[in-house]
Amino acid sequence: MAARADRQVSHRSFVSYIDKSREYYSASGFDQPYCWAAFDEVPFSPHTKPLAECNVAVVTTTFLHHHDSAHGAPATGKQVYAHPVADVPDRMFTSDLSWDKQATHTDDTESFLPLKALQQLADNGTIGSLNHRFFGVPTEYSQRKTGLDADQIATWCAQDGVDIALLVPL
Amino acid sequence: MCHQTVSLVSRHLESQGITTIVVGSARDIVEECGVARMLFVDFPLGNPCGKPGDRDMQQSIVSLALDVAATAITPRTTVQAPVQWGSDDWRAAFMRVDDSNIDALRVAGDKRRAAQAASSGKG
Repeated sequence: MAARADRQVSHRSFVSYIDKSREYYSASGFDQPYCWAAFDEVPFSPHTKPLAECNVAVVTTTFLHHHDSAHGAPATGKQVYAHPVADVPDRMFTSDLSWDKQATHTDDTESFLPLKALQQLADNGTIGSLNHRFFGVPTEYSQRKTGLDADQIATWCAQDGVDIALLVPL
Repeated sequence: MCHQTVSLVSRHLESQGITTIVVGSARDIVEECGVARMLFVDFPLGNPCGKPGDRDMQQSIVSLALDVAATAITPRTTVQAPVQWGSDDWRAAFMRVDDSNIDALRVAGDKRRAAQAASSGKG
């Protein structure tokens, strides 16, 4: 006999953020909905190297705290950056990003910047290494600006011999 | 917006020969953009690598992400992580629009537009 379902659903259960944000900003009086990037073709680089030989880097959309940002100062002049994994602060600057501030928190950096988890996988030989620095990219409405940041991160990855990039948006 | 940003970066890195995987919770934004590989974590936005403080879950999500990175054979590969948040209340609550807040949203939007107009007027 077939197993009994855990739940019964009448709608797709996972959230559509494209739909939610359009309805939210429309209700806020913004007439033009944001147009999200959508591509037909998707670049794909087949992975051939054993994981145990791979250098893995993390790309985050969170930032290091700057001057008074821990006390509510606004985010200004955010630039794409690289930072040593050996020097990760206890907290990252996330308050200017659109995450679910009612349902959760970002006090545990490992929940979005998994450097300790990756170091553990490097220590036990699952991966070759955790790259010596991670990369941060500003969240931009402008897809053109993000393209420039992507160029910079690609350059850093090439310099460091990164095999796998784990990208974690907030 | 974070999800679109990293999806665009992912596409560029992939075109340069670097294997990528996006670990995220806004599945629609990533899939519409189109990336090589995604590990979908069906959580409220903010903790795609596992619940705060849950080291075992975080380790399993990161391990699974690497497995997907190493084994996917075609672009647009999405795998859903076998984890549950525990409550579904956040799904309707995030960016909620209903009769109880629609007037307040409109007022807040008017203020924001006025501030933007004042800011751009400063030149």
